[in-house]
Order: sequence, then C-alpha cells, then structure tokens
Amino acid sequence: MAIRIEVGLKDGVPDPRGAGVARQAHAYLHVPVTACATRDVFLVDAPLADAEARTVAAAIADPVTQDTAMNRLPAPASFAWLVEIGFKPGVTDNVGRTTRTVVQDVLGRALGEYEDVYTATQYFLSGALDREQADRIARELLANPLIQTVRVYAPGEWALAPVNTEPPAMHDASEPQVRTFDLEVDDNALMKISRDGILSLTLEEMHAIRDYYRRDDVRAARAKAGLPAQPTDLELECIAQTWSEHCKHKIFAARVQYTDETGATRVIDSLFKTFIKATTEEVAKRIDWLVSVFSDNAGVVKFNERWHVLFKVETHNSPSALDPYGGAITGIVGVNRDAMGTGVGGEMLCNTWGYCFGSPFYDGELPRGLMHPRRIRDGVHHGVIDGGNQSGIPWARGWERFDDRFLGKPLVFCGTVGKLPVTVGGGPSERKEVVPGDFIVQAGGRVGKDGIHGATFSSEELRQESPAQAVQIGDPITQRKMYEFLIEARDLGLFRALTDNGAGGLSSSIGEMCRLSGGAEVDLTDAPLKYEGLQPWEIFLSEAQERMTLAVPPAQWDAFAALAKRRDVEVAKVGTFTDTGVLRVWHRDRLCGALGLDFLHDGCPKLEIPAVWAPPRVPAPRALRAGDRSRWLVKLLGALNVCSKEEKSRIYDGEVKGLSVVKPFVGVRSDMPSDATVMRVEYGSREGIVIAEGVNPFLSDLDTYAMAASVVDEGVRRIVSVGGRWDRIAGLDNFCWPDPVLSEKTPDGPYKMAQLVRANQALYDVCTAYGVPLVSGKDSMKNDSVRGGRKISIPPTLLFSTLGKIDDVRQAVTMPFKREGDAIFVLGLTKDELGGSEYHRLRAKAAGQPHRVGGAPPSLDIEGAKSLYHALNEAQVRGLLRSCHTPTLGGLAVAFSLSALGGELGARIELERVPEQGADLDALLFAESNSRFVVTCAPERVAELEAVFRGLPCARVGTVEAAPELHVTFFGRPVVELPLEKMRKAFKQGL
Amino acid sequence: MNPPILILTGYGLNCEAESAHAWRLAGAEPRLAHLNDVVETPALLREAAGLMVIGGFSFGDHLGSGLVYANRVRTQLRDEVQAFLDRGRIVLGVCNGFQILAKLGLLPGLDGDYFTPTVSLQQNDCGHFQNFWVRLRFEPDSPCIFTKGLTQMDLPIRHGEGRVFTASRAVLSRIERKKLAPCRYIDPATGKATQKFPHNPNGSVKAIAGLCDPTGRVFGLMPHPEAYLFPENHPHWDVQKVRGELPEHGAGLSFFTNAVEYLRGA
Repeated sequence: MAIRIEVGLKDGVPDPRGAGVARQAHAYLHVPVTACATRDVFLVDAPLADAEARTVAAAIADPVTQDTAMNRLPAPASFAWLVEIGFKPGVTDNVGRTTRTVVQDVLGRALGEYEDVYTATQYFLSGALDREQADRIARELLANPLIQTVRVYAPGEWALAPVNTEPPAMHDASEPQVRTFDLEVDDNALMKISRDGILSLTLEEMHAIRDYYRRDDVRAARAKAGLPAQPTDLELECIAQTWSEHCKHKIFAARVQYTDETGATRVIDSLFKTFIKATTEEVAKRIDWLVSVFSDNAGVVKFNERWHVLFKVETHNSPSALDPYGGAITGIVGVNRDAMGTGVGGEMLCNTWGYCFGSPFYDGELPRGLMHPRRIRDGVHHGVIDGGNQSGIPWARGWERFDDRFLGKPLVFCGTVGKLPVTVGGGPSERKEVVPGDFIVQAGGRVGKDGIHGATFSSEELRQESPAQAVQIGDPITQRKMYEFLIEARDLGLFRALTDNGAGGLSSSIGEMCRLSGGAEVDLTDAPLKYEGLQPWEIFLSEAQERMTLAVPPAQWDAFAALAKRRDVEVAKVGTFTDTGVLRVWHRDRLCGALGLDFLHDGCPKLEIPAVWAPPRVPAPRALRAGDRSRWLVKLLGALNVCSKEEKSRIYDGEVKGLSVVKPFVGVRSDMPSDATVMRVEYGSREGIVIAEGVNPFLSDLDTYAMAASVVDEGVRRIVSVGGRWDRIAGLDNFCWPDPVLSEKTPDGPYKMAQLVRANQALYDVCTAYGVPLVSGKDSMKNDSVRGGRKISIPPTLLFSTLGKIDDVRQAVTMPFKREGDAIFVLGLTKDELGGSEYHRLRAKAAGQPHRVGGAPPSLDIEGAKSLYHALNEAQVRGLLRSCHTPTLGGLAVAFSLSALGGELGARIELERVPEQGADLDALLFAESNSRFVVTCAPERVAELEAVFRGLPCARVGTVEAAPELHVTFFGRPVVELPLEKMRKAFKQGL
Repeated sequence: MNPPILILTGYGLNCEAESAHAWRLAGAEPRLAHLNDVVETPALLREAAGLMVIGGFSFGDHLGSGLVYANRVRTQLRDEVQAFLDRGRIVLGVCNGFQILAKLGLLPGLDGDYFTPTVSLQQNDCGHFQNFWVRLRFEPDSPCIFTKGLTQMDLPIRHGEGRVFTASRAVLSRIERKKLAPCRYIDPATGKATQKFPHNPNGSVKAIAGLCDPTGRVFGLMPHPEAYLFPENHPHWDVQKVRGELPEHGAGLSFFTNAVEYLRGA
C-alpha cells in the first residue's frame, strides 16, 4: 500500500491539457466529448508519517493554481466517465522519479533503494458518451495499453470503488541463476531455441555456436574455469546480440551474387567494404580534413584549429511502431549518447529528425495490431520534441515523407551534430584507448528489464507478439545530468575512454570497448538496479537508457566518483579491463560466462545473398494537353510530401544555444523551409556549419540507382545553395530497407537485394566523384510488417545527411526572393525526368491508377554539377546572390512558388527561357531533375553573375515583382496565374 | 572591475553557454555554478553581484515548470537568497528561470515577501510548447533596471508554460499599479498589447511577458534575450542585410548592458 495524493486545478483555473483531449477526441475519434478535466495522482511507495505526507503533498503542487488531497479530491460536479491511466510495472515513470527527488528534498532524508513514487493521470470526461466510447478515448488517444494501465469508471462506480493505493512496483523475488542451453540437438530444436529466446539467430549461426563449444580448447578452458560445457544463458544472449543484424550488419557484410538485367553476374564481397568504405578511402586520398571515420560512435571531421565537428544519424523504427512516444524519445536521446560517446566525449550542437509515415488521413483498413499513422506521427513528434527540448539541444533539420507502405513500419531517423575540442588534456580528442587495469564503470541510469532483446528484436520483422519490454521511455533529465557531469569529468581528465550503452547494453558496450585492451573481467554484482529480481544475463543485456560505459584509471576513481556524487549522477564499478583475450562475466562470485573475443566478434558466419536486377516496368500517367497548370500547382503545394510541416516543427526548440544563423524556416513570415541550416559552432567566430539532407524513397519504385544518386546530389546541393563550401561536405548514409534476404517469407529477396546493390553503387559513384567522404552511417534492414496475414514492406529508403562548412556565416544566402526588380535566374538543366516525381504521383492518384508513376527518373551529370557548384560558391562569396533555392519535390514550379511566398513578392517567369534538354511544358514545370537552382540577383549585378556562370546552363527567366502574384508563361501563353495567398493557403493547410 | 555574475546550472537548465556569452559581451564576469555547489558553498552566491537563473527544462518541467528546482532552492538556500536580496544585488530569470523565480515567490515579490508565490506560469493556451519570435513593448516607467530605455524588441519564445496567472485580481492590479510588468507582447501591426495568438504566444493575462519586483532589481521574462546576441539570430536578418539594416549586435544584449551599467553605478 502506498500513500496516494491527488492534485487538481483550483476552480476557475483553465485546463489546456483537458481542453486538448476534448478537442482531439472530437477531431480524431469523432466522439461527442464536451469537456475534459484532468488531475494527477501520485503513489508514494514509502513509509511516511502523516505530517511528512502532508508536507510532500504541499510541495508537489503549485499553491497558486492547484489543490491537493490525500487519497481523493472531491469528484467534479458532473462528469460522464473517469479514465485513470497509470504505468505498468517496470515502465519508466519520469514524473515519478522527479517526485521522488521532491520527497527527499522536503523531508531532508534519502528514501530507501526501492522506495519509489508512481504517477497516474485522471481524465474526467463530459458529454453523451457510452462506455465503449470512453474506452476508445482511453486506448486510442490517451494510453498505450502495451505499457500503461487503463481504468474506466462511471461516476457511480467511482464513488463506490475502493481508493486505489496499489503502486505498480515490480515484484520479482526470483533468485539469480545461470541456465545452460543444450545445443547438441537437431536443427528444429536449435531453431526453437533461437525463436523462443528472441535470439534471431539463423540455423547456420546456431551451428557455428554449437561448433565453437565442441572445440577441444574451448571445452578444456571451460572445464578449468568451472563453466558448463554448453553455453550459459548469458553467453548465448551475448553472442546473439553481438551477431544481430542491428549490431553486426550482416547483410552489408555478406557475399552477394549480383546479376544485372543483361544476365551478367558479379560477386560482391561485402557491400560495406566494396562501396561505402571504399568511397571514403578514395576520397581520403584527396582531402585532409577527416579525423575519425567508421571506427567510433560518430564520424568526426575538422572544423577549425579549435574544434572538430561530428555527426551521427540513427533510426528507431521498430520501437516507434510499438510505442511511438517512447520509441522516438529513446531514439533521440540514444543518438545524443552516440555523440557524447565519440572520442573522449563529444559536446552536442544540434539534432536532426526525419520521419516516414503512412498518411495521417489514411481511412482504409488497418491490419490488426497496427496503430493509425496519425497517432504514430503525433507520438513520434512528441517523443523527439521532449527528448530534444528537455536536453537543451536545438533542432536543425526536420522532414517528413508520407506513403502508405510506411503503415506497417514507420521510419524514425534521429541525428545529432556535435563538437569535440581538437585536443583534450594535451592529447587528440578523437583518441580511444583502454588500458588493462582500468575500471569498467557504468554511469547514468539504472538497469531494468526494459529494452531486453532490443537489438535482436529490431532485426526481425514486426509481429503481433513482438515483446513489450522492447519498449522503453527515455529520461532526458537523467541523461542531461550525466552529460554535464561527463564533460566536466572529461576536462578534469577523470576517465580515459567512454562509449554509450545502446543496443545490447553492457554486453555490447563492454564487448566493444574491451577489444581496445584485449579482454575484460566483468562483475555485475554492483550494477545499480531499478528493482530486484534481474537475472545476471538480463543485467548484462538490458538496454535501459541513459547509461554510458567508461574506462576509469584506478588512480582517478575516487575523484571520478566524488564528482559524480556532487552532480547527482549514479556511477558503479562493474569490472576491470584486461588483456587476456577473454570476456568473463561474474555475478556475486559466480562465473556466469566466458567468451573468446575472437569468436565473439569474428565467429559469425558470412551470409550469401543472391541479387537479381530486372528493371521494373512502370507505366507513366497519360499525358495532359498543354494548357494552364495553376490547378495542378495548387494541388502540388498542398500535397502531403510538399506542404508545410511547420505546425509540428514549431513545437521543437530550434534556438537554444543562440547559435542559429539560417533557421529551418525562413522568409518574411518565417514559414518557408530553408534549403539547409546554418549555425555557428562557437560564440567567438564567424565560421559555421551547414546541415542538410536528401531523401526520396519514391524514386525507388523505378530504380534505386537513380534514387541514391539523386539523394546524394540533393544533400550536397542543399549545402551549396545556402553558401556552404562545396569542397568541405561530409556525408552520412542511413539505409532503411525491407528484408532483402531470399527466404520462404521473402520470395522477392533477390530483387530487393539488387535494389540495395544499385543504391550502393550509386552512392560510391557519386560520392567519389564529388569528393564527399562517408563519415558515418547505419542500416536498418528488416522494415516489413506481417500482421493479419498481410505483409507490408517499406519502399527502399536512403537518407543522405550532409554536414558542410561556411567560412563566414554572414555570407549565407536564403531562399526567399528579397526585392522587387531582382532578376530571376535558373541554373542547371531541366530534363524530361518526371518519373517518380510528385507531379506524376499526384496525376496517377487523381486518375485512380496510383501505380502509373513512371517516366525517366532524374539522372545526374556529375561533371556538370561539379562545375555548377564551384561557380555557385564563387557567386556567393562575391555577394552576387540575393536569394538561392534548389528545387526538389515539385520541380521548378514549386521552387518559384516557395521563393515568392518566402519574400511575399510576386514573379513573372518566361518558362521557355529555362535551360533544358528535351523538356516539355510539364517537365519544365514539374520535373525533379538534379543539380538546379533558382537564384535572384540585383539588376545592377546581372552581368557579373552571367560572367561567373559563363559556359554553364544559366539563364535569366524572369523578374521579381511587387504584386503578390505568380505569372508563368510558356511562349507567351499563361500556364500559371496564381495569387500568393491562394498558394500559401494550399501550402500551409496540407497537414 | 567587471561585476561577477553567478549563473545557476544543473538538473536540466540549459542556456548556460549563451547566457555566459551575453554577460561577457556586456562587460561582466560570469561564473557557472551547479546548484549543488552553491548549496555546498554559499560563498559562491555571496561573492556575486548578480544572479541569473537561466532557461531550460529543470527536472523536465515535471510537476509544473520550475516547481521542483524552486523547491530545492527554497529548502536549501532560502536564507542565502534572502540575504543576497537584502544586500541589493540583482536577479535575472529567463524562461525556466522566470518560472523558478515566480514559483519561489521572488516575483513579483510584493511587500518584500520573496517566498510566498502569488503568480504562476501556466500552460500556454494552445496546450503545448512553441518556438517562434514575438515583438515586445517595454513600459517606460517601470522600475525594472534591466529594461531601462528600451522601447520595442523582437525576441524568440521557447516555452510550454508561459501564461502569467495571478492568484487574485488584487495581485494583478497591484502589479499594474506598481508597473511591475516591464514588457508585454504586442501586435507588430498596431504596436498594442494583444491577447491574440501568435503575437501573444501563450494567452498571458494583460499580455504580460515579464515581471519585476518593486525594487526593479529582480526581473524575469519568458522570451530569451540571450538568444539574440548575434544580428544573424534574427529570423529576418537576411532581409535586414539586403536593406542595409543589420544591427551590430543582437538587441537582446541590451538587458545585460543595462544590468552591468546599473551594477557599475550602484
């Protein structure tokens, strides 16, 4: 029994939280809620004297606006239903944790180790609702039943119900034990072990493990150490997570037999080595600004003589499908830890996010167990917003794409840009070394059952029975405390190395770090636990959040631990790094497992994957007669993928740190998306970083080579568009693919694998030619969902994130038109490339034939693009450009529109002047050809501009006008005639 | 001598870097100190000429913005803070810092009572956090030392709970009578205080964006002056540049230079 305190607003104090619930219930669920009043419930699971309880109650409420009561506040005068939502046992309760701090502060004493506070929320709903409707509001709007408890009461039931004082504490009194798995069984039994344990190990991998334990030297060593001959649970779990697709990237490491459309076959030994690593190695020969690539948690490049900058992007797709809020907040604070765990400890500058969802307006049948995409979208935004805002990290870039193939699995990309001082403690900051004898130290949050099997689970397709413990909820405040402490400790030289605890928890972080020293003796006895009852293997594998693993020299331990205490950060010794070549794990004097590092890291059998490319035949939409396209342009501006994403974006903090220069939204009304984001890195300098991205899953329906080449070009030209240096761009590749491995459930594996090969080939071709090194990347390869007998696979998606440099932020150029009378130029060639374009998709959908999106996809003239980017940089440095904007989705027509809207200025365009190659009216307006810009220039500098672009595709196509209208003519005939207000309305009301 | 300014950190406050830069630009000597260090070594506070409580998300805004941080200050530093105020020192709270000062009772600090809250910052009308720029108008006859000579200014807001709410009408009328609301949200088109979103981003009563105490030495506001130190922070700096209207510094610096001037004169 706990002490129950209820907190509610005083009479007459507005309740925006309740009003929001009523509004959403109306809008989303179409139920007649007339009002909603909310209250908070606190269950203090600690023995407090009555006076102490009253002190606590007074301290947790705002005396100006709130009332409190022990047990229950009086019920509101009238309500139809009360919904009370709490957490299930073991689920992170951040408000509960904060309340525990208050209890300790006001009582002036520490609570017991497992004396906690639990919270719940009450919603008093009014309106003519039946029980089923109240229940729907509870389950489809307010709670995620996977992690939360829902109680629904009618007023009479509430009056009679006993006061609930039962805290959702974890009660597990089981003794720690170490089980073994008998692998000397037949193949069916081996696979049963893999499946039942959510190990995601294939039969070949199970065989490799079995064979390892059969080895004479292994048997002898195990006997000597007193370990059973067969693997222990801890060992098998540790191998499974180390070998998971998530950690081992087996598909990118596989031997691929690739057959092209002519029937010619080649063998590719590892896509990663052949294309990605090779790109960077080749580019590295020509540049001198790479600092650390591939080997660390984030890629690091030089910025100036004081700072390096780093960038990492991760995905958190499966967890976000199960619990959008928890999955997404864990995604963002997780990638923050990657930045923190880079070199000797990175400092965070900004976050990026990008999501792929089903349409929020989807009204078709949803396979059982899937959440509506609108709900996923709301939850994901909310999670990344809370994670970023509460961590004090501004967002720099954000984007969303919509396609109903993301119904089964949303894609949630989260990135972090950080900085590292060039030297720390007299040595290079990117160094990562661990010395035998260093203590293994865990810092930050506590270990629970949350997140066990996250790595192996994300390596599977989403099933209805996917485990609830894979869901975690991040705690940004615990992490922020740890972050500040770690930077302080770094600058005091109190630790030698660090890495984050992500997938696989300690088993992964220690498993990786101990390669630097050559072994580890781990002792889990003192690992701080959230609650009792965890098995040793669970402690080792737990993915509980907000934890870093450090190597602390014994001589620094006391100072390290003392500082941690003053900063309210929990740290614990969990072993010692060694050079024995073995990872051994103890718990309360019992040896729970020992694994040779060679086997653990290199024993995983290589996959062999067939890939067969057959170009898909995709018909184009039927051609339209030449004529006015105003109607189509308005539709395009309002299309989900083109329209403004500002409403959600404004909930993210984009300006903390005060370093922003070109923000994600620009223009007279600050409502047009910028091509790229520019920010300072330090307060005393005018140098800046530039951040952008390219993503276009729609082109994958035609050819993933064109898709990948286009997104690389987009990521690069966006940087150049705002004034970023064309020769200082680093790239990050994040692949999200459907399972491409041929199997019974994936008969089309060879095609999907061929798509992967082609995307990699394009990445290599374009990046080596552009001189863009790939400094970091990640892949997520099982983005399929099988529910209700229906398999939904995502379209292959490559996010290409770019990090560039600008020497003087005051030279940055933004996309809005600036002045009446300025000359409008188009740079770069427009071609007959409408395949997979937003326009063709819109047309195909309007014709009721949504598959008819064909046509030529955008091509890439690499040498032409390079010359253009070089010249554009020159024009920017010379201050010739008043505005610069690169067309993407929707082509030139949308680009003209957005630049006009941004400046609240009109424009008159003569389309026939646009530099082109075989483009008709529709292609000129809507083709998404690569490497193009719409720029404006003061009339008196037109000649200078033309000189800079001499010999390149560059033409003056029109003039900026004061009248707020867009006029586009084609050989004298009007093809677009639109007032700005109509375009703005369409653009801003799409979502 | 450059006046020493203590900037409190810890538990999710997060504007320490830009705030320190602001004080430095203004000619002060900022010092960052974790709340726990100040509790342990109150001399840190005693030696400071000014205290700044910065923005951020102390304790995640759980239990209401600023409440838990304020609670810790009240339980562990109350006498020190009272003594600090008694010595005539200055206090600036921005965003979460303003919320903390209000929940402590420091603002509006009527009748010299700095530890009985009479004002709260409540959830925005729109129900959630917002980040965009607003325009403020300053009251020329407010006692606030931070806003002396200011007329209008654009600043970013970044908060979920910025709606000023008073315990009673009496409190509100005393605030107005004593000119303790030095800045208000205005509609740029009319120059008048407004209740309308987005110009008034949270629905704050009387469009109040910030409050000071009757001495004018304690001041808190929701918008972020420390986020407008560079001219390029302004969302329309690109247009200002084309028009040749780009200022040398971001306007937010004025709050800090005013404070330093006051301290030098005091």
